[in-house]
Amino acid sequence: MTEEKPLDFTREITSRLGGETITHCYQCGTCASTCPVARTTERYNPRQLIRLALLGQRDEVLKGDTIWLCASCYNCQERCPQKVEVADVIYALRNMAIREGNVPAIYMEFATGLMSEGRLAPISKFLEKKRTEYGLPPLKPANVEALKIILAATGFDKIMFKKEGASP
Amino acid sequence: MTSYALFLGCTIPARQPHYELAARKALTKLGIELVDLEGATCCAPPPIQSIDLETSLAIAAYNICLAEEADLNILTLCTGCFESLTIANRLLKENRELREKINKILSNAGKEFKGTKEVKHYLQVLMDDVGVNHLKQNVVKPLNNLNVAAFSGCHLLRPSELLRFDDPERPRIFDTLIEVLGAKSIPYKNKLRCCGGLLRGYADDIALAIARDKIVNAYNAGADCISTLCPFCFLTLDLGQMLIKTTYKEEYNLPIIHYAELLSLSIGVEPKELALDFHKIKVDKVLEKIG
Repeated sequence: MTEEKPLDFTREITSRLGGETITHCYQCGTCASTCPVARTTERYNPRQLIRLALLGQRDEVLKGDTIWLCASCYNCQERCPQKVEVADVIYALRNMAIREGNVPAIYMEFATGLMSEGRLAPISKFLEKKRTEYGLPPLKPANVEALKIILAATGFDKIMFKKEGASP
Repeated sequence: MTSYALFLGCTIPARQPHYELAARKALTKLGIELVDLEGATCCAPPPIQSIDLETSLAIAAYNICLAEEADLNILTLCTGCFESLTIANRLLKENRELREKINKILSNAGKEFKGTKEVKHYLQVLMDDVGVNHLKQNVVKPLNNLNVAAFSGCHLLRPSELLRFDDPERPRIFDTLIEVLGAKSIPYKNKLRCCGGLLRGYADDIALAIARDKIVNAYNAGADCISTLCPFCFLTLDLGQMLIKTTYKEEYNLPIIHYAELLSLSIGVEPKELALDFHKIKVDKVLEKIG
């Protein structure tokens, strides 16, 4: 268990882009009742996730898999009577989790695709051929060099590709 | 002729050329000129936002800068690109502090976000630039009361505070554009609910269960097809039906058709000019009904 007080974790969340509104929550449960994922599985409940975060349960929130089960559909955010930006709060929590090494494999794939091709779905030789057959213009290459400069300036490359053995 | 910078994104050109082909044919035929931007990258959608929101804003802003330099507004096909770019465009136009922060990052790549351009989804271009009346006049092959389950996907509508596309609880734009083509936009249970697509690759079982709900609800309402705007919704529901067949032992054979394809067919593009073989669930039943 961490020695941290609940409010320390809350302050950390509200100071991040996307996390600003978490303290408005009064636990009405509108988010959970409108959530397509919560209706499908007991593994996910946005109301509980917000409560755990506000109680300072840092490890449970950032090291578990709950935060990765949001489908980013924004139903919760749209309907929250307290204007908690629930989906954005979850992005903020994910951003924090990634920095602490909780990186699901699929997100590492996304980041690798972005860094190397400038796209999340690189084009195959088959599709290039198909495009020509259909009379579609060749796909213009992404400016990967400019993108790499931006990713270095925001620290994205370091967040995702820490050297083996380096401290977090 | 109205010109737009066509922002293709990643998935459509590399995985769903049938969408791009139909959209290019239909929009050009309706008098919209599409200019391909040089050097455009990924829009930084939810998977990248999940890693770092600030980086995502910077990447989206970089792409908007390309359109600003070309002096063109942006037209998107993918609702995911629409969401990422619109959110960045609005936030940076309306929040000076954030704009300065992002511009500091962009300056390393020789760019500056000025906030002079609009990001539009192609449905908005159809409504605002082409117009419903002009579109109606161009329909040479009405869709013969085809029962269409309209599914816009989440990120055309939400978060509505920033996207400002349509009423998030009672949207009408997509339905209007379906009915102009001579089809019926039918009501069905949980029409506005997510397809689960963004959970693919992390929690495939949950994603498939949510997709199955969508298919079942449209099927039970008597849909001839589900019409989509987002490449992820398309993938989740089209390929998804193959997975539903193996996982749930259920077969629906409900065609999933991008709206751009329905639009093309109705304004006189021949089926053979489209890339309909890219559909896993064959669309022959729909073509028969249209006649």
